[in-house]
Amino acid sequence: MLKRWLPSLAILAVTGIGFALVPLAYSNQFLLFNMMMYMALAQGLNIIYGYTGYLPFGYVGFFGAGAYGAAMAISFWHWPVLLAVLGGGLVAVLFGLLLTPLFRLSGAYFSIANLAAAEALFYLVANPHMTALTQGPYGINLPQVYDPNFAYGTMLAILLFAVAASAYLRRSRFGLALAAIREDTVSASMAGIDVVRARAVAWLLSAFIAGLAGATYGWYISVFYPETVFALSITVFTIVFVLFGGQGTVLGPLIGTLLLYGAYNVIGISNPQYFQLAYGILIVVLVLFLPAGLASLLRRRRATDER
Amino acid sequence: MGLLEYALLAGLLYGLYFALVAAGLNLIFGVMRIINLAHGDFLMLGAYGAFYLYHLMGWSPLWAIPLEFVVFLALGLPLYYLLVPRLQRSGDPEMRSFILFFGLSQIIEALAVFAFGNDQRSIPSNVFGGHPVDLLGQTFPLAWVLSAVFGLLGIAALYVYLYGSSLGRATRAIMANPDEAAITGISVQRISALTFGIGIALAALAGIFSPFMVGAIQPDLGVGITLISFAIVVIGSLGHPLGTLVGGIVYGVSLMLMQTYLPSWSQMLPFVLLIAILLVRPGGLLGKGVRRA
Repeated sequence: MLKRWLPSLAILAVTGIGFALVPLAYSNQFLLFNMMMYMALAQGLNIIYGYTGYLPFGYVGFFGAGAYGAAMAISFWHWPVLLAVLGGGLVAVLFGLLLTPLFRLSGAYFSIANLAAAEALFYLVANPHMTALTQGPYGINLPQVYDPNFAYGTMLAILLFAVAASAYLRRSRFGLALAAIREDTVSASMAGIDVVRARAVAWLLSAFIAGLAGATYGWYISVFYPETVFALSITVFTIVFVLFGGQGTVLGPLIGTLLLYGAYNVIGISNPQYFQLAYGILIVVLVLFLPAGLASLLRRRRATDER
Repeated sequence: MGLLEYALLAGLLYGLYFALVAAGLNLIFGVMRIINLAHGDFLMLGAYGAFYLYHLMGWSPLWAIPLEFVVFLALGLPLYYLLVPRLQRSGDPEMRSFILFFGLSQIIEALAVFAFGNDQRSIPSNVFGGHPVDLLGQTFPLAWVLSAVFGLLGIAALYVYLYGSSLGRATRAIMANPDEAAITGISVQRISALTFGIGIALAALAGIFSPFMVGAIQPDLGVGITLISFAIVVIGSLGHPLGTLVGGIVYGVSLMLMQTYLPSWSQMLPFVLLIAILLVRPGGLLGKGVRRA
Protein backbone atom coordinates (compact mmCIF):
# COMPACT_ATOMS: atom_id res chain seq x y z
CA MET A 1 0.00 0.00 0.00
CA LEU A 2 2.67 2.50 1.04
CA LYS A 3 4.85 1.36 -1.84
CA ARG A 4 2.15 2.28 -4.32
CA TRP A 5 2.00 5.86 -3.04
CA LEU A 6 5.74 6.30 -2.45
CA PRO A 7 6.60 7.86 -5.85
CA SER A 8 3.79 10.37 -5.48
CA LEU A 9 4.86 11.29 -1.95
CA ALA A 10 8.41 11.76 -3.18
CA ILE A 11 7.23 14.06 -6.00
CA LEU A 12 5.16 16.07 -3.49
CA ALA A 13 8.07 16.40 -1.06
CA VAL A 14 10.59 17.45 -3.72
CA THR A 15 8.17 20.01 -5.20
CA GLY A 16 7.28 21.46 -1.81
CA ILE A 17 10.80 21.65 -0.40
CA GLY A 18 12.16 22.87 -3.72
CA PHE A 19 9.87 25.86 -4.11
CA ALA A 20 10.17 26.66 -0.40
CA LEU A 21 13.99 26.76 -0.48
CA VAL A 22 14.90 28.05 -3.97
CA PRO A 23 13.89 31.68 -3.17
CA LEU A 24 16.73 31.73 -0.61
CA ALA A 25 19.27 31.28 -3.41
CA TYR A 26 17.45 32.77 -6.42
CA SER A 27 15.94 36.22 -6.21
CA ASN A 28 13.52 36.27 -9.16
CA GLN A 29 10.41 35.43 -7.15
CA PHE A 30 8.01 36.36 -9.96
CA LEU A 31 9.53 33.73 -12.23
CA LEU A 32 9.27 31.06 -9.54
CA PHE A 33 5.71 32.13 -8.79
CA ASN A 34 4.74 31.84 -12.45
CA MET A 35 6.39 28.47 -12.71
CA MET A 36 4.37 27.17 -9.74
CA MET A 37 1.26 28.66 -11.27
CA TYR A 38 1.83 26.91 -14.58
CA MET A 39 2.64 23.65 -12.78
CA ALA A 40 -0.65 23.87 -10.90
CA LEU A 41 -2.53 24.69 -14.11
CA ALA A 42 -0.75 21.86 -15.91
CA GLN A 43 -1.86 19.39 -13.23
CA GLY A 44 -5.38 20.78 -13.40
CA LEU A 45 -5.46 20.33 -17.16
CA ASN A 46 -3.89 16.91 -16.76
CA ILE A 47 -6.83 15.89 -14.58
CA ILE A 48 -9.36 16.67 -17.27
CA TYR A 49 -7.33 16.02 -20.42
CA GLY A 50 -4.84 13.39 -19.31
CA TYR A 51 -7.30 11.34 -17.26
CA THR A 52 -10.58 11.82 -19.11
CA GLY A 53 -9.50 12.78 -22.65
CA TYR A 54 -11.43 16.06 -22.91
CA LEU A 55 -9.20 18.90 -24.08
CA PRO A 56 -10.60 22.23 -22.84
CA PHE A 57 -9.16 24.86 -25.14
CA GLY A 58 -10.76 27.53 -23.00
CA TYR A 59 -9.18 26.36 -19.73
CA VAL A 60 -8.06 29.95 -19.11
CA GLY A 61 -11.73 30.83 -18.56
CA PHE A 62 -11.55 29.20 -15.11
CA PHE A 63 -8.32 31.03 -14.36
CA GLY A 64 -9.91 34.37 -15.23
CA ALA A 65 -13.12 33.51 -13.37
CA GLY A 66 -11.04 32.77 -10.27
CA ALA A 67 -9.05 35.99 -10.57
CA TYR A 68 -12.18 38.11 -10.96
CA GLY A 69 -14.17 36.20 -8.35
CA ALA A 70 -11.49 36.75 -5.71
CA ALA A 71 -10.93 40.38 -6.71
CA MET A 72 -14.63 41.16 -6.41
CA ALA A 73 -14.88 39.42 -3.05
CA ILE A 74 -11.99 41.55 -1.83
CA SER A 75 -13.08 44.91 -3.23
CA PHE A 76 -16.85 44.65 -2.57
CA TRP A 77 -17.16 42.53 0.53
CA HIS A 78 -13.68 42.98 2.01
CA TRP A 79 -13.25 39.27 2.53
CA PRO A 80 -9.98 38.14 4.11
CA VAL A 81 -7.66 37.25 1.29
CA LEU A 82 -7.47 33.47 1.78
CA LEU A 83 -11.24 33.24 1.92
CA ALA A 84 -11.38 35.33 -1.26
CA VAL A 85 -8.98 32.92 -2.99
CA LEU A 86 -11.24 30.05 -2.00
CA GLY A 87 -14.18 32.09 -3.29
CA GLY A 88 -12.34 32.54 -6.59
CA GLY A 89 -11.94 28.78 -6.83
CA LEU A 90 -15.65 28.34 -6.18
CA VAL A 91 -16.59 30.91 -8.84
CA ALA A 92 -14.57 28.82 -11.29
CA VAL A 93 -16.42 25.69 -10.12
CA LEU A 94 -19.72 27.52 -10.71
CA PHE A 95 -18.57 28.43 -14.22
CA GLY A 96 -17.60 24.78 -14.68
CA LEU A 97 -21.06 23.64 -13.52
CA LEU A 98 -22.60 26.03 -16.01
CA LEU A 99 -20.54 24.37 -18.74
CA THR A 100 -21.33 20.75 -17.87
CA PRO A 101 -23.86 20.54 -20.76
CA LEU A 102 -20.83 20.82 -23.06
CA PHE A 103 -20.02 17.20 -22.19
CA ARG A 104 -22.75 16.23 -24.61
CA LEU A 105 -20.24 17.27 -27.26
CA SER A 106 -17.18 15.27 -28.03
CA GLY A 107 -13.72 15.71 -29.45
CA ALA A 108 -13.15 18.94 -31.31
CA TYR A 109 -16.70 20.16 -30.65
CA PHE A 110 -16.02 20.13 -26.92
CA SER A 111 -12.71 21.97 -27.30
CA ILE A 112 -14.18 24.63 -29.55
CA ALA A 113 -17.27 25.15 -27.42
CA ASN A 114 -15.14 25.46 -24.31
CA LEU A 115 -12.92 28.01 -26.06
CA ALA A 116 -16.03 29.94 -27.09
CA ALA A 117 -17.26 29.88 -23.49
CA ALA A 118 -13.99 31.36 -22.22
CA GLU A 119 -14.09 34.07 -24.91
CA ALA A 120 -17.70 34.87 -24.08
CA LEU A 121 -16.81 35.22 -20.38
CA PHE A 122 -13.90 37.48 -21.33
CA TYR A 123 -16.13 39.79 -23.37
CA LEU A 124 -18.68 39.79 -20.55
CA VAL A 125 -16.11 40.82 -17.95
CA ALA A 126 -14.37 43.34 -20.23
CA ASN A 127 -17.58 45.03 -21.40
CA PRO A 128 -17.70 48.74 -20.58
CA HIS A 129 -21.30 48.23 -19.44
CA MET A 130 -20.05 45.96 -16.66
CA THR A 131 -17.86 48.66 -15.12
CA ALA A 132 -19.87 48.84 -11.89
CA LEU A 133 -19.26 45.14 -11.29
CA THR A 134 -15.94 44.19 -12.93
CA GLN A 135 -14.35 47.57 -13.81
CA GLY A 136 -14.85 46.47 -17.43
CA PRO A 137 -11.79 47.10 -19.59
CA TYR A 138 -10.20 49.38 -16.95
CA GLY A 139 -8.84 46.53 -14.89
CA ILE A 140 -8.64 45.56 -11.25
CA ASN A 141 -6.47 47.18 -8.61
CA LEU A 142 -5.98 45.46 -5.24
CA PRO A 143 -3.37 47.45 -3.29
CA GLN A 144 -5.07 46.68 0.04
CA VAL A 145 -4.04 43.02 -0.01
CA TYR A 146 -0.64 43.30 -1.73
CA ASP A 147 1.67 40.74 -0.05
CA PRO A 148 3.86 38.85 -2.53
CA ASN A 149 5.46 36.51 0.02
CA PHE A 150 2.12 35.40 1.43
CA ALA A 151 0.75 34.92 -2.09
CA TYR A 152 3.85 32.90 -3.00
CA GLY A 153 3.22 30.56 -0.09
CA THR A 154 -0.44 30.25 -1.02
CA MET A 155 0.43 29.33 -4.61
CA LEU A 156 2.82 26.68 -3.30
CA ALA A 157 -0.02 25.21 -1.24
CA ILE A 158 -2.28 25.20 -4.32
CA LEU A 159 0.41 23.50 -6.37
CA LEU A 160 0.83 20.79 -3.74
CA PHE A 161 -2.93 20.32 -3.63
CA ALA A 162 -3.00 19.97 -7.43
CA VAL A 163 -0.15 17.44 -7.42
CA ALA A 164 -1.80 15.46 -4.63
CA ALA A 165 -5.12 15.44 -6.48
CA SER A 166 -3.44 14.32 -9.68
CA ALA A 167 -1.52 11.58 -7.85
CA TYR A 168 -4.69 10.40 -6.15
CA LEU A 169 -6.50 10.21 -9.48
CA ARG A 170 -3.66 8.28 -11.05
CA ARG A 171 -3.40 5.61 -8.37
CA SER A 172 -6.86 5.36 -6.85
CA ARG A 173 -9.89 3.28 -7.80
CA PHE A 174 -11.63 6.46 -8.93
CA GLY A 175 -8.71 7.22 -11.25
CA LEU A 176 -8.99 3.75 -12.77
CA ALA A 177 -12.66 4.43 -13.41
CA LEU A 178 -11.75 7.64 -15.22
CA ALA A 179 -9.18 5.81 -17.33
CA ALA A 180 -11.80 3.21 -18.22
CA ILE A 181 -14.18 5.97 -19.32
CA ARG A 182 -11.48 7.59 -21.41
CA GLU A 183 -10.65 4.36 -23.22
CA ASP A 184 -14.19 3.14 -23.80
CA THR A 185 -17.16 5.00 -22.42
CA VAL A 186 -19.74 2.37 -23.26
CA SER A 187 -17.87 -0.52 -21.66
CA ALA A 188 -17.13 1.58 -18.59
CA SER A 189 -20.78 2.37 -18.03
CA MET A 190 -21.66 -1.30 -18.54
CA ALA A 191 -19.09 -2.16 -15.86
CA GLY A 192 -21.15 -0.08 -13.45
CA ILE A 193 -19.18 3.17 -13.50
CA ASP A 194 -21.29 6.31 -13.19
CA VAL A 195 -19.78 8.00 -16.24
CA VAL A 196 -21.53 11.34 -15.87
CA ARG A 197 -20.67 11.73 -12.20
CA ALA A 198 -17.04 10.65 -12.53
CA ARG A 199 -16.45 13.00 -15.42
CA ALA A 200 -18.13 15.89 -13.62
CA VAL A 201 -15.98 15.36 -10.51
CA ALA A 202 -12.77 15.48 -12.57
CA TRP A 203 -14.03 18.49 -14.51
CA LEU A 204 -14.99 20.52 -11.43
CA LEU A 205 -11.78 19.59 -9.62
CA SER A 206 -9.83 20.76 -12.62
CA ALA A 207 -11.84 24.02 -12.74
CA PHE A 208 -11.34 24.51 -8.98
CA ILE A 209 -7.55 24.26 -9.31
CA ALA A 210 -7.48 26.77 -12.19
CA GLY A 211 -9.75 29.12 -10.21
CA LEU A 212 -7.53 28.99 -7.13
CA ALA A 213 -4.46 29.61 -9.28
CA GLY A 214 -6.14 32.54 -11.04
CA ALA A 215 -7.27 34.08 -7.77
CA THR A 216 -3.79 33.86 -6.28
CA TYR A 217 -2.20 35.20 -9.46
CA GLY A 218 -4.51 38.23 -9.38
CA TRP A 219 -3.66 38.76 -5.72
CA TYR A 220 0.09 38.41 -6.36
CA ILE A 221 0.27 40.95 -9.20
CA SER A 222 -2.56 43.04 -7.63
CA VAL A 223 -3.12 45.10 -10.81
CA PHE A 224 -4.57 43.32 -13.80
CA TYR A 225 -6.84 43.68 -16.83
CA PRO A 226 -9.29 41.28 -18.46
CA GLU A 227 -6.70 40.62 -21.20
CA THR A 228 -4.17 39.57 -18.54
CA VAL A 229 -6.17 36.81 -16.91
CA PHE A 230 -8.12 35.66 -19.97
CA ALA A 231 -5.12 35.45 -22.33
CA LEU A 232 -5.53 32.47 -24.65
CA SER A 233 -1.76 31.98 -24.37
CA ILE A 234 -2.25 30.75 -20.77
CA THR A 235 -4.33 27.83 -22.03
CA VAL A 236 -1.91 27.09 -24.81
CA PHE A 237 1.20 27.27 -22.64
CA THR A 238 -0.46 24.90 -20.22
CA ILE A 239 -1.46 22.42 -22.92
CA VAL A 240 2.01 22.42 -24.41
CA PHE A 241 3.64 21.94 -21.00
CA VAL A 242 1.37 18.97 -20.31
CA LEU A 243 1.95 17.43 -23.74
CA PHE A 244 5.68 17.94 -23.56
CA GLY A 245 5.96 16.27 -20.19
CA GLY A 246 3.38 13.60 -20.92
CA GLN A 247 -0.33 13.64 -20.19
CA GLY A 248 -1.89 11.18 -17.80
CA THR A 249 1.14 11.05 -15.49
CA VAL A 250 1.89 12.95 -12.28
CA LEU A 251 5.48 13.84 -13.03
CA GLY A 252 5.00 14.73 -16.72
CA PRO A 253 3.23 18.08 -16.32
CA LEU A 254 5.76 19.15 -13.65
CA ILE A 255 8.82 18.25 -15.72
CA GLY A 256 7.25 19.71 -18.87
CA THR A 257 6.63 23.05 -17.15
CA LEU A 258 10.04 23.10 -15.49
CA LEU A 259 11.91 22.56 -18.75
CA LEU A 260 9.76 24.59 -21.13
CA TYR A 261 8.97 27.50 -18.85
CA GLY A 262 12.66 27.56 -18.00
CA ALA A 263 13.52 27.58 -21.70
CA TYR A 264 11.00 30.37 -22.24
CA ASN A 265 12.88 32.55 -19.80
CA VAL A 266 16.26 31.65 -21.28
CA ILE A 267 15.26 32.36 -24.89
CA GLY A 268 14.10 35.62 -23.49
CA ILE A 269 11.02 37.72 -23.36
CA SER A 270 13.08 40.60 -24.79
CA ASN A 271 12.69 39.21 -28.31
CA PRO A 272 9.11 38.00 -28.57
CA GLN A 273 9.28 37.03 -32.25
CA TYR A 274 12.26 34.76 -31.80
CA PHE A 275 10.52 33.20 -28.87
CA GLN A 276 7.27 32.79 -30.76
CA LEU A 277 9.11 31.20 -33.68
CA ALA A 278 11.09 28.81 -31.49
CA TYR A 279 7.96 27.97 -29.56
CA GLY A 280 5.94 27.25 -32.68
CA ILE A 281 8.64 25.00 -34.10
CA LEU A 282 8.93 23.20 -30.78
CA ILE A 283 5.18 22.50 -30.73
CA VAL A 284 5.16 21.20 -34.30
CA VAL A 285 8.15 18.93 -33.74
CA LEU A 286 6.73 17.74 -30.44
CA VAL A 287 3.36 16.72 -31.84
CA LEU A 288 4.90 15.03 -34.88
CA PHE A 289 7.75 13.18 -33.22
CA LEU A 290 7.00 12.80 -29.52
CA PRO A 291 3.24 12.51 -29.31
CA ALA A 292 3.12 11.00 -25.81
CA GLY A 293 5.61 13.38 -24.17
CA LEU A 294 8.87 12.96 -22.29
CA ALA A 295 7.32 10.56 -19.81
CA SER A 296 6.77 8.09 -22.66
CA LEU A 297 10.55 7.93 -23.24
CA LEU A 298 11.08 6.85 -19.63
CA ARG A 299 8.29 4.33 -19.79
CA ARG A 300 9.48 2.87 -23.09
CA ARG A 301 12.97 2.35 -21.64
CA ARG A 302 11.55 0.68 -18.56
CA ALA A 303 9.36 -1.57 -20.68
CA THR A 304 12.32 -2.75 -22.77
CA ASP A 305 14.41 -3.36 -19.62
CA GLU A 306 11.78 -5.64 -18.20
CA ARG A 307 11.61 -7.62 -21.39
CA MET B 1 -37.42 51.35 -40.23
CA GLY B 2 -34.39 52.31 -42.31
CA LEU B 3 -32.07 51.16 -39.52
CA LEU B 4 -33.40 47.60 -39.42
CA GLU B 5 -33.35 47.21 -43.21
CA TYR B 6 -29.82 48.54 -43.32
CA ALA B 7 -28.70 46.12 -40.63
CA LEU B 8 -30.31 43.15 -42.36
CA LEU B 9 -28.85 43.97 -45.77
CA ALA B 10 -25.40 44.81 -44.43
CA GLY B 11 -25.59 41.58 -42.43
CA LEU B 12 -26.30 39.63 -45.58
CA LEU B 13 -23.31 41.22 -47.34
CA TYR B 14 -21.08 40.45 -44.38
CA GLY B 15 -22.49 36.97 -44.11
CA LEU B 16 -21.73 36.10 -47.74
CA TYR B 17 -18.18 37.31 -47.28
CA PHE B 18 -17.67 35.53 -43.95
CA ALA B 19 -18.96 32.32 -45.48
CA LEU B 20 -15.92 32.45 -47.75
CA VAL B 21 -13.67 33.31 -44.78
CA ALA B 22 -14.72 30.08 -43.07
CA ALA B 23 -15.13 27.81 -46.12
CA GLY B 24 -11.54 26.53 -46.22
CA LEU B 25 -11.56 25.60 -42.55
CA ASN B 26 -14.70 23.55 -43.04
CA LEU B 27 -13.40 21.85 -46.18
CA ILE B 28 -10.19 20.72 -44.48
CA PHE B 29 -12.09 19.45 -41.46
CA GLY B 30 -14.60 17.64 -43.62
CA VAL B 31 -12.00 15.67 -45.54
CA MET B 32 -9.17 15.21 -43.03
CA ARG B 33 -10.90 15.62 -39.64
CA ILE B 34 -8.20 18.15 -38.87
CA ILE B 35 -8.70 21.46 -37.11
CA ASN B 36 -6.61 24.05 -38.93
CA LEU B 37 -5.96 26.51 -36.14
CA ALA B 38 -3.69 28.45 -38.52
CA HIS B 39 -6.61 29.22 -40.83
CA GLY B 40 -6.69 32.91 -39.95
CA ASP B 41 -2.95 33.19 -40.47
CA PHE B 42 -3.28 32.09 -44.09
CA LEU B 43 -5.97 34.72 -44.46
CA MET B 44 -3.51 37.25 -43.00
CA LEU B 45 -0.83 36.21 -45.52
CA GLY B 46 -3.35 36.59 -48.34
CA ALA B 47 -4.17 40.08 -47.10
CA TYR B 48 -0.47 41.05 -47.11
CA GLY B 49 -0.19 39.65 -50.62
CA ALA B 50 -2.96 41.95 -51.82
CA PHE B 51 -1.43 44.85 -49.90
CA TYR B 52 2.00 44.52 -51.51
CA LEU B 53 0.63 43.85 -54.97
CA TYR B 54 -1.32 47.08 -54.65
CA HIS B 55 1.32 49.31 -53.06
CA LEU B 56 4.42 48.05 -54.87
CA MET B 57 3.01 47.03 -58.24
CA GLY B 58 -0.15 49.10 -58.36
CA TRP B 59 -2.26 46.00 -59.03
CA SER B 60 -5.93 45.99 -58.14
CA PRO B 61 -6.84 43.39 -55.51
CA LEU B 62 -8.89 41.68 -58.21
CA TRP B 63 -5.64 40.61 -59.94
CA ALA B 64 -4.44 39.17 -56.69
CA ILE B 65 -7.25 36.59 -56.84
CA PRO B 66 -5.89 34.24 -59.55
CA LEU B 67 -2.27 34.84 -58.53
CA GLU B 68 -2.81 34.03 -54.86
CA PHE B 69 -4.95 31.03 -55.65
CA VAL B 70 -2.08 29.44 -57.55
CA VAL B 71 0.58 30.46 -55.02
CA PHE B 72 -1.28 29.19 -51.96
CA LEU B 73 -2.38 26.00 -53.67
CA ALA B 74 1.28 25.36 -54.47
CA LEU B 75 2.20 26.17 -50.86
CA GLY B 76 -0.46 23.88 -49.42
CA LEU B 77 0.62 20.68 -51.19
CA PRO B 78 4.14 20.33 -49.67
CA LEU B 79 2.83 21.57 -46.33
CA TYR B 80 0.27 18.78 -46.37
CA TYR B 81 2.86 16.07 -46.95
CA LEU B 82 5.12 17.59 -44.29
CA LEU B 83 2.49 17.64 -41.55
CA VAL B 84 -0.64 15.62 -42.09
CA PRO B 85 0.31 12.00 -42.86
CA ARG B 86 2.51 11.89 -39.78
CA LEU B 87 -0.17 13.50 -37.67
CA GLN B 88 -2.73 10.96 -38.83
CA ARG B 89 -0.55 8.07 -37.69
CA SER B 90 -0.63 9.38 -34.08
CA GLY B 91 -3.28 8.14 -31.71
CA ASP B 92 -5.70 11.06 -31.67
CA PRO B 93 -5.26 13.20 -34.81
CA GLU B 94 -8.27 15.42 -34.20
CA MET B 95 -7.05 16.64 -30.79
CA ARG B 96 -3.41 16.75 -31.79
CA SER B 97 -4.19 18.79 -34.91
CA PHE B 98 -5.40 21.50 -32.55
CA ILE B 99 -1.98 21.81 -31.01
CA LEU B 100 0.04 21.12 -34.16
CA PHE B 101 -1.70 23.85 -36.12
CA PHE B 102 -1.50 26.21 -33.20
CA GLY B 103 2.27 25.74 -33.45
CA LEU B 104 2.12 26.41 -37.18
CA SER B 105 0.09 29.53 -36.51
CA GLN B 106 2.79 30.76 -34.09
CA ILE B 107 5.48 30.14 -36.72
CA ILE B 108 3.57 32.00 -39.44
CA GLU B 109 2.81 34.91 -37.13
CA ALA B 110 6.44 35.25 -36.03
CA LEU B 111 7.72 35.06 -39.61
CA ALA B 112 5.12 37.64 -40.66
CA VAL B 113 6.42 40.07 -38.04
CA PHE B 114 9.97 39.55 -39.36
CA ALA B 115 8.87 40.03 -42.95
CA PHE B 116 6.23 42.75 -42.71
CA GLY B 117 6.82 44.48 -39.36
CA ASN B 118 4.20 45.21 -36.74
CA ASP B 119 2.64 48.30 -38.40
CA GLN B 120 -1.00 48.25 -39.36
CA ARG B 121 -1.52 48.27 -43.15
CA SER B 122 -4.53 49.02 -45.26
CA ILE B 123 -5.67 49.24 -48.87
CA PRO B 124 -7.70 52.37 -49.71
CA SER B 125 -11.35 51.42 -49.95
CA ASN B 126 -11.85 53.40 -53.18
CA VAL B 127 -9.45 51.05 -55.00
CA PHE B 128 -12.39 49.62 -56.96
CA GLY B 129 -13.75 53.08 -57.81
CA GLY B 130 -15.45 55.32 -55.31
CA HIS B 131 -19.20 55.13 -55.99
CA PRO B 132 -21.39 53.65 -53.29
CA VAL B 133 -23.97 51.10 -54.43
CA ASP B 134 -27.71 51.41 -54.08
CA LEU B 135 -29.37 48.20 -52.83
CA LEU B 136 -33.14 48.21 -52.15
CA GLY B 137 -33.02 51.86 -51.13
CA GLN B 138 -29.95 51.55 -48.87
CA THR B 139 -26.45 52.62 -49.89
CA PHE B 140 -23.35 50.53 -49.22
CA PRO B 141 -19.65 50.96 -50.07
CA LEU B 142 -18.74 49.26 -53.35
CA ALA B 143 -16.01 47.27 -51.57
CA TRP B 144 -18.63 45.62 -49.33
CA VAL B 145 -20.77 44.60 -52.28
CA LEU B 146 -17.76 43.28 -54.20
CA SER B 147 -16.58 41.30 -51.17
CA ALA B 148 -20.03 39.77 -50.81
CA VAL B 149 -20.29 38.94 -54.51
CA PHE B 150 -16.83 37.41 -54.44
CA GLY B 151 -17.71 35.43 -51.33
CA LEU B 152 -20.82 34.07 -53.00
CA LEU B 153 -18.89 33.25 -56.20
CA GLY B 154 -16.19 31.50 -54.17
CA ILE B 155 -18.72 29.33 -52.35
CA ALA B 156 -20.53 28.60 -55.62
CA ALA B 157 -17.26 27.58 -57.29
CA LEU B 158 -16.47 25.28 -54.38
CA TYR B 159 -19.93 23.78 -54.66
CA VAL B 160 -19.57 23.19 -58.38
CA TYR B 161 -16.14 21.63 -57.80
CA LEU B 162 -17.45 19.29 -55.10
CA TYR B 163 -20.66 18.27 -56.83
CA GLY B 164 -19.80 18.65 -60.51
CA SER B 165 -16.27 17.32 -61.04
CA SER B 166 -14.79 13.87 -60.66
CA LEU B 167 -12.13 15.20 -58.26
CA GLY B 168 -14.94 16.70 -56.23
CA ARG B 169 -16.79 13.41 -56.18
CA ALA B 170 -13.69 11.67 -54.90
CA THR B 171 -13.33 14.39 -52.26
CA ARG B 172 -16.88 13.82 -51.07
CA ALA B 173 -16.28 10.09 -50.99
CA ILE B 174 -13.39 10.66 -48.58
CA MET B 175 -15.57 12.98 -46.49
CA ALA B 176 -18.13 10.22 -46.16
CA ASN B 177 -15.72 7.37 -45.43
CA PRO B 178 -11.97 7.43 -46.09
CA ASP B 179 -11.54 3.65 -45.86
CA GLU B 180 -14.23 2.82 -48.37
CA ALA B 181 -12.95 5.57 -50.65
CA ALA B 182 -9.48 4.00 -50.54
CA ILE B 183 -10.90 0.57 -51.39
CA THR B 184 -12.61 1.92 -54.51
CA GLY B 185 -9.22 3.08 -55.76
CA ILE B 186 -9.31 6.74 -54.80
CA SER B 187 -5.87 8.03 -53.84
CA VAL B 188 -6.80 9.40 -50.43
CA GLN B 189 -3.46 11.11 -49.83
CA ARG B 190 -3.42 12.92 -53.17
CA ILE B 191 -7.00 14.13 -52.92
CA SER B 192 -6.45 15.18 -49.31
CA ALA B 193 -3.34 17.13 -50.27
CA LEU B 194 -5.26 18.89 -53.03
CA THR B 195 -8.12 19.66 -50.64
CA PHE B 196 -5.65 21.02 -48.10
CA GLY B 197 -4.19 23.31 -50.76
CA ILE B 198 -7.64 24.49 -51.84
CA GLY B 199 -8.65 25.10 -48.22
CA ILE B 200 -5.61 27.28 -47.61
CA ALA B 201 -6.03 29.08 -50.93
CA LEU B 202 -9.66 29.89 -50.05
CA ALA B 203 -8.46 31.44 -46.78
CA ALA B 204 -5.89 33.53 -48.66
CA LEU B 205 -8.49 34.66 -51.20
CA ALA B 206 -10.78 35.78 -48.40
CA GLY B 207 -7.79 37.70 -47.07
CA ILE B 208 -7.64 39.83 -50.21
CA PHE B 209 -10.94 41.45 -49.22
CA SER B 210 -10.29 41.50 -45.48
CA PRO B 211 -9.00 45.12 -45.41
CA PHE B 212 -12.50 46.27 -46.37
CA MET B 213 -14.53 43.91 -44.20
CA VAL B 214 -12.41 42.97 -41.17
CA GLY B 215 -10.10 45.96 -40.64
CA ALA B 216 -6.39 46.78 -40.74
CA ILE B 217 -3.85 44.17 -41.83
CA GLN B 218 -1.38 43.17 -39.13
CA PRO B 219 0.49 39.96 -38.28
CA ASP B 220 -1.73 39.00 -35.34
CA LEU B 221 -4.91 39.40 -37.37
CA GLY B 222 -5.26 35.63 -37.67
CA VAL B 223 -6.30 34.52 -34.18
CA GLY B 224 -9.54 36.48 -34.11
CA ILE B 225 -10.42 35.36 -37.63
CA THR B 226 -9.79 31.72 -36.79
CA LEU B 227 -12.14 31.97 -33.81
CA ILE B 228 -14.88 33.62 -35.85
CA SER B 229 -14.43 31.05 -38.64
CA PHE B 230 -14.86 28.29 -36.08
CA ALA B 231 -18.04 29.84 -34.83
CA ILE B 232 -19.41 30.09 -38.37
CA VAL B 233 -18.44 26.56 -39.30
CA VAL B 234 -19.84 25.05 -36.11
CA ILE B 235 -23.05 27.10 -36.38
CA GLY B 236 -23.55 25.68 -39.88
CA SER B 237 -22.16 22.27 -38.96
CA LEU B 238 -18.61 20.95 -39.24
CA GLY B 239 -17.80 19.07 -42.41
CA HIS B 240 -20.96 20.15 -44.21
CA PRO B 241 -20.10 22.17 -47.36
CA LEU B 242 -23.32 24.19 -47.48
CA GLY B 243 -23.32 24.74 -43.73
CA THR B 244 -20.70 27.45 -44.07
CA LEU B 245 -23.04 29.58 -46.13
CA VAL B 246 -25.81 29.23 -43.56
CA GLY B 247 -23.38 29.87 -40.70
CA GLY B 248 -21.91 32.91 -42.43
CA ILE B 249 -25.30 34.50 -43.00
CA VAL B 250 -26.51 33.75 -39.46
CA TYR B 251 -23.31 35.30 -38.14
CA GLY B 252 -23.32 38.32 -40.48
CA VAL B 253 -26.95 39.23 -39.90
CA SER B 254 -26.81 38.84 -36.13
CA LEU B 255 -23.52 40.77 -36.00
CA MET B 256 -25.01 43.70 -37.85
CA LEU B 257 -28.18 43.63 -35.72
CA MET B 258 -26.03 43.66 -32.57
CA GLN B 259 -23.84 46.47 -33.88
CA THR B 260 -26.94 48.49 -34.64
CA TYR B 261 -28.83 47.95 -31.40
CA LEU B 262 -26.34 46.72 -28.74
CA PRO B 263 -22.90 47.61 -30.07
CA SER B 264 -20.86 46.92 -26.92
CA TRP B 265 -22.05 43.29 -26.83
CA SER B 266 -21.39 42.51 -30.48
CA GLN B 267 -17.90 41.05 -29.94
CA MET B 268 -19.34 38.49 -27.58
CA LEU B 269 -21.91 37.43 -30.14
CA PRO B 270 -20.20 34.72 -32.21
CA PHE B 271 -19.25 32.78 -29.08
CA VAL B 272 -22.63 32.97 -27.42
CA LEU B 273 -24.26 32.03 -30.71
CA LEU B 274 -21.91 29.08 -31.09
CA ILE B 275 -22.58 27.70 -27.60
CA ALA B 276 -26.32 28.29 -27.84
CA ILE B 277 -26.59 26.48 -31.16
CA LEU B 278 -24.36 23.61 -30.06
CA LEU B 279 -26.48 23.08 -26.96
CA VAL B 280 -29.72 23.04 -28.91
CA ARG B 281 -28.39 21.18 -31.94
CA PRO B 282 -25.10 19.46 -31.11
CA GLY B 283 -24.38 18.89 -34.81
CA GLY B 284 -24.90 22.48 -35.95
CA LEU B 285 -27.86 23.87 -37.86
CA LEU B 286 -27.51 21.51 -40.82
CA GLY B 287 -26.10 18.56 -38.89
CA LYS B 288 -28.18 15.47 -38.27
CA GLY B 289 -28.50 14.32 -34.68
CA VAL B 290 -25.58 14.05 -32.31
CA ARG B 291 -22.24 13.80 -33.97
CA ARG B 292 -19.76 11.16 -32.94
CA ALA B 293 -16.69 12.75 -34.50
